[in-house]
Amino acid sequence: MSHDHADHAHVHRSPPRPDQDDTLTYYRAMEIALRELLIDKGIVTAEEVRRQVEDMDGRNAGRGARMVARGWVDPAYKRRMLEDGSRAAEELGLDVGPLKLIVVENTPEVHNVIVCTLCSCYPRMLLGLPPDWYKSRNYRSRVVREPRSVLAEFGTLIPDDVQIRVHDSTADMRYMVAPMRPAGTEGWSEQALAGLVTRDSMIGVAVATTPERRRG
Amino acid sequence: MPEAIAPRFRAGDRVAVRAAYPIGHVRTPFYIRGKQGVVERLCGAFPNPEELAYARSGEPAQPLYRVRFRQPDVWPDYSGQANDLVEVEIYQHWLEPA
Repeated sequence: MSHDHADHAHVHRSPPRPDQDDTLTYYRAMEIALRELLIDKGIVTAEEVRRQVEDMDGRNAGRGARMVARGWVDPAYKRRMLEDGSRAAEELGLDVGPLKLIVVENTPEVHNVIVCTLCSCYPRMLLGLPPDWYKSRNYRSRVVREPRSVLAEFGTLIPDDVQIRVHDSTADMRYMVAPMRPAGTEGWSEQALAGLVTRDSMIGVAVATTPERRRG
Repeated sequence: MPEAIAPRFRAGDRVAVRAAYPIGHVRTPFYIRGKQGVVERLCGAFPNPEELAYARSGEPAQPLYRVRFRQPDVWPDYSGQANDLVEVEIYQHWLEPA
């Protein structure tokens, strides 16, 4: 807002955003009905449902970042992670449940990016809830067909001599990208390195944060 | 649980995705039907989600593969590099030898 404030004194308020809970859609009604039935039948308690939602909201990309950073400092761990992602997660005490995790590694020759063209499959246990754009038709339909253009829109320019691999998680696997370790991070602690591994770099629409950008 | 269906393909095998268009819950994306690729790995066997979607058992479990396709084979007008790839998980009953 850059209009002149000198001639009028009033409080600016953004127009109220419409409530998201004012319409009982078909699926909202179904969710409530199912949840209440499960509670009435003693299959779950309201407290268990609340705790699950809290756990789900509490998961974030810091989990995946720990794995990537460990792989950067420990080549043997990286090898195990690329061989069996689920087991490598468990090794760090990260519970991935029934998830079958495949970690794909970015190299100077290959850049990986993840999508689920059918819906929104995502390694939630390691990256938390997916961003809205990941679930959008725009991303899902375009990244599989014109990945270089989509990555460029994210500000990620992939050189022509780097191969792009798009991973469409259509079934029982979940994918996470291990981005390349940025230059100039020699001798950094594992924890400091993990701070460079962002959510988007593990989806593959970005690269890991560089030390310069971190300082800036 | 009945024994899983035996895998027909191995990593490196050339395969073609069936160009079938059944109604209902299908896990093979439209864009990859009828295309040819190479098996990247066998992921294991899983209850068939196309059956699970209708509250059936999905058994016997279907082998699931990651199949690797060259982007220009998938999109004739692909604008990226010729060696770019797309990898898709596909259940065995959608695959034929190529």
